[in-house]
Amino acid sequence: MPECRLLLRDIDVPDIERIDAYIACGGYRAFEKALATGEPERVLAEVREAGLQNRGGEWYPLAERWVPHLAEGVHYLCVDASEGEPGIFRDRKLIERHPHQIVEGITIAAYALGVRVVYVYIREEMRRGQVLLERAVAEAGGRGFLGGNILGSGFALDIYVHSGAGGYIPREPTALLRSLEGYRAEPRKGAGGLTLFGRPALVENVGTLAYLPHIVDRGAAWFRRMGSEKYPGTGVFCVSGHVRRPGLYELEVGGGTLRELIQEFAGGVRAGHELKGVIPGGISSPVLRPEELDVRLDPEEWAVPGGGDFPGAFGGGGIIVMDDTTCMVDTALNLAKFYARESCGQCPACGAGTHWLQKVLERVEKGEGRREDLELLRSVAGQIAPLLEPSRTTLCSLGEEFAWSLLGLLRSFGEEFERHVIEGRCPIEKDRRIKVPETISVRF
Amino acid sequence: MKGFRVEMPASIREECKRLLIRYPRPEGALLPILQLIQREQGEVADESILYVADLLGVAPARVSGVVSFYPGLRRQLAGAHLISVCRSLPCCLMGSGEVVDYLREKLGIDVGETTGDGRFTLVEVECLGGCGAAPTVMVDGELHESLTCARIDQLLERLS
Repeated sequence: MPECRLLLRDIDVPDIERIDAYIACGGYRAFEKALATGEPERVLAEVREAGLQNRGGEWYPLAERWVPHLAEGVHYLCVDASEGEPGIFRDRKLIERHPHQIVEGITIAAYALGVRVVYVYIREEMRRGQVLLERAVAEAGGRGFLGGNILGSGFALDIYVHSGAGGYIPREPTALLRSLEGYRAEPRKGAGGLTLFGRPALVENVGTLAYLPHIVDRGAAWFRRMGSEKYPGTGVFCVSGHVRRPGLYELEVGGGTLRELIQEFAGGVRAGHELKGVIPGGISSPVLRPEELDVRLDPEEWAVPGGGDFPGAFGGGGIIVMDDTTCMVDTALNLAKFYARESCGQCPACGAGTHWLQKVLERVEKGEGRREDLELLRSVAGQIAPLLEPSRTTLCSLGEEFAWSLLGLLRSFGEEFERHVIEGRCPIEKDRRIKVPETISVRF
Repeated sequence: MKGFRVEMPASIREECKRLLIRYPRPEGALLPILQLIQREQGEVADESILYVADLLGVAPARVSGVVSFYPGLRRQLAGAHLISVCRSLPCCLMGSGEVVDYLREKLGIDVGETTGDGRFTLVEVECLGGCGAAPTVMVDGELHESLTCARIDQLLERLS
């Protein structure tokens, strides 16, 4: 299984972040082709035929999600560049290294949707990406790919790069839109369609749109030859943690297994250590044990792995590898601190629940845990994420994500939690030292 | 607060105008304007909150509520250089613990503190998006990946 690079194809081309180098690689050809059709519907049909699915972690079919909105008209397209889940760093790299691919993807999406104003909501922590993306937008405008009457087509488009101000919660669409409107990024109940400044809006993940130039340029049939039946194309997988070669790897969806990605591409765990666990899709996905890694990198096959009482999560392709120096209670505590800090606090189950869980995990890790604490952890997690939908206790999935990942850790490493309580100390020889991998894949 | 006028440097006022025209409603420019002010002045001071509220035609309470919500905005001046160490899981696995220990020792301060000379503030933050090249730190908005103690020394030297 070789790598199959689409989004990363030109990533090593010198100055690819500048418009001249991008155009020399065929850039903006797809946008011109789309404009030349004169029919946005045809562009949308091409995307549907290609079967492109969202790559932000949800894996829904793009065109099918978009089409129902077209009847009432989409006024704004909001591009979600708020990537912030630990273990996922694809969008940041694509924005910083290859911003024109994203700008072109946005222009094609906007044309297909008939949208004239696009806001790119970029997270504050990507300051460099924001500067480079703004420069790319200005360069594209300078060549007539943005603005009024683009290339004589009559189509007009403005793209504005909008910086968030930190925090993880704006990756939730209603929170992102609230944030764009200048409010606290608090998720709202999903009654009716999404709106921005009182007009219908669509939110789409930035890395997903980067596929559009490739699809329009080469055609849906070509795109469909890659990947699986239901999920055509490639996935850009982010590998981090205790491996010899962390970084980005672009593979066909379903083109290999999680074990192959970790062992063959990322080189396996560092010398002298044993693989202990893998978080497969960003920290919100339940941990897998070493014997559970022979699952294809295809969302369709992930209903069971890491599951148990709840579905496994393929997620956004952020694979975090942990070796035998990792304490799973400490890992749970690390995640608890993340979610407790990032919860917007609106819903008591999440706002208070994540803090309770953090406190209980703190005492278990310190060796001060009580026998009933494990059951307490399960019970609180279960109240944040009740499995029966009508009894949902939160507006968005932030708290649920932690509940699922904690339940996953308890399912796979419950014995280690028990040992902390029984022995009254952390039994793992943890390694706080800085580790230097052999090399990093896609480095710049 | 209407009629209350706070002095802002002309450069910031000009940039605010440029940001405001991007949005159909002035409130859309709230976060970008607050960040602009923080970048220029190091903090969002009380007077700035009044200025922004007046500029956008919203209540100061709404502006301060927004400032307090987002981790990237602060009411109080940090040290001349803000050092943010990523503590999220991938960085933690790759040794953010040692990064923090080393910085605490070198700077003589704890996490959340500012050095006596006001030069450095040390904080821990969540994911900076550099998981593949962990551990990472952000210094004055610039991300530094693949940290080692030697690289931290270099960074601090450059800032001194």
